[in-house]
Amino acid sequence: MNSRRPETLWFWLFAGPALAGFALFSLWPMLESLWLSFCQYDVVAPARFIGLRNYVYLLTSDPAFWPSVKVTLVFTAVQMPLSVAAALGVALLLNQPGRGRGFWRAVYFLPSILPQAASVAVFVYIFQADGGLLNRLLALGGVTGPAWTSSPVWALPVLIAISLWGFGYPMVIFLGGLQTVPRELYEAAHIDGAGAWARFRHITLPLISPVLFFNVVMGVIGALKVFDLAYAFGAAQGLIPGGPARATLFYGLNLYQQAFTYFHMGLASAMAWILFAVILLLTWLNFRLGRRWVHYGD
Amino acid sequence: MDHHRPRSLSVLVALLLALGACVMLLPLAWMLLTSLKTFPEILRNPAPWLPGQPQWHNYRTVWEGFAYYRFFLNSAFVAAMVIAGTVLTCCPAAYAFAYYDVRHKELLFGALLSTLMLPAQVTVIPLFKAFAALHWVNTYLPLVVPAWLGGNIFGIFLLRQFFRTVPKSFIEAARLDGASEWTILWRLVVPMSLPAVLTVVIFTFLWSWNDLFNPLVYLHDESTYTLPVGLLYFIARADQLAGGSAGQVPWHLVMTLATVMVLPVIALFVIVQRRFVEGVAATGVKG
Repeated sequence: MNSRRPETLWFWLFAGPALAGFALFSLWPMLESLWLSFCQYDVVAPARFIGLRNYVYLLTSDPAFWPSVKVTLVFTAVQMPLSVAAALGVALLLNQPGRGRGFWRAVYFLPSILPQAASVAVFVYIFQADGGLLNRLLALGGVTGPAWTSSPVWALPVLIAISLWGFGYPMVIFLGGLQTVPRELYEAAHIDGAGAWARFRHITLPLISPVLFFNVVMGVIGALKVFDLAYAFGAAQGLIPGGPARATLFYGLNLYQQAFTYFHMGLASAMAWILFAVILLLTWLNFRLGRRWVHYGD
Repeated sequence: MDHHRPRSLSVLVALLLALGACVMLLPLAWMLLTSLKTFPEILRNPAPWLPGQPQWHNYRTVWEGFAYYRFFLNSAFVAAMVIAGTVLTCCPAAYAFAYYDVRHKELLFGALLSTLMLPAQVTVIPLFKAFAALHWVNTYLPLVVPAWLGGNIFGIFLLRQFFRTVPKSFIEAARLDGASEWTILWRLVVPMSLPAVLTVVIFTFLWSWNDLFNPLVYLHDESTYTLPVGLLYFIARADQLAGGSAGQVPWHLVMTLATVMVLPVIALFVIVQRRFVEGVAATGVKG
């Protein structure tokens, strides 16, 4: 047993900093944030306990809460399926044998790792009403494009389009999944006379369902947490964040403004916990439902 | 499978891929072309497709004229410090979780991993409160210190998976030779796991270099700005800074800045593309 004691010592020496970081920067702030969500707190004066009032105010009378929920849900409902579909579609094409696949994969993946502040700036310029690249290309076809970024109707679709540029991340995850599908299965199905769709439906889809499931869950969580995209979109046009007319007031952006523009830190903490609860619930639900349709090979 | 695939289908696939790739690259091409134009060219409606004379000195203008090098150096400094801290604390943590048998180890590891689910929005307010009390606002400490305490949990996870593939007999042999645990980690296990360490370095770099949220929360003095905040700040004030009239954004200079910001990421990607792809693929592996 005395060989065990130094091992414990080394464990704490090596893992100690990370565990201290976990306690200081995750566990403790998480608990304090929960406490603050029941308080009125504006940084200057000490926090004052007010019970459930933040939550009640958010759900019943806050003018920005439900609009920001709506923007976020609409974004998630449209962006996630499109992004997963694009990622799967291109991954299927890239998975076909052929020359230069590595190069194409790189091209499709690259935009997903670029800083969003920069990509948003580029797209805001492309979507300019007068002289923007998109409207000029549309004009070549005789179409007069709208003022995309300053229109409350088009702003959210534009943000969805910008974020779709980053579908390379789930695409690479799909490619990893597709490469685990044994080629012999396709060979056999082909000999049995199965068409391309039948092969996709009955071989590919079940075998990659774990990665599909992963991408859907991560896609939803990512969409619910959007911040950089929405903040940069407003800032790149000199709009009030969330503009035009709250059309891009994402939940994460609304929370940031409550906390760091208006210093409603208790209210913002309550918003953070509502978000956290939804994410936990979704994850749990997804894993419950996932068990039904996800096929794990082993 | 190749032999019973009609040739026309391969051509169609290649064509689709090429077409899509053009759409993906178009924004970057437009960014680069715009960065080489003059202000009058930008203001002309419609602006010319190509710059009449490539204005390479735009890069010099933003670099010197708007103290943009300051933002660049700030970003580079923060990224370097964050990477150093991450490697120095995540490697030992991963080693500890991979090799030592300690009570409640799995529970501790599960607790660490569970923070991957925790949105930054939950922790940011108490952290801001604490960092403000420490007078750390407008310094890089709130961005850097968490990294020096094993802040990259995904990195620990990835390294631990990789460390486990180092044969235990190697480690036992080194111990018998009298090597200390510290030496075994840095001289044996880390060198044998360089691909994983490199992957962690790359992702840490991206995370730090691209981050907008944390610098926005903690850096309020413009001399401390990192590139993402600096770029947005520049756009907001660019009409005055570039000497145009109000509302005339000098998009050529904005695109120059965006290029400067994006270029290190692209360069890194071209050099170590495989690490990127393998790192992403590793996130999809169910644990």
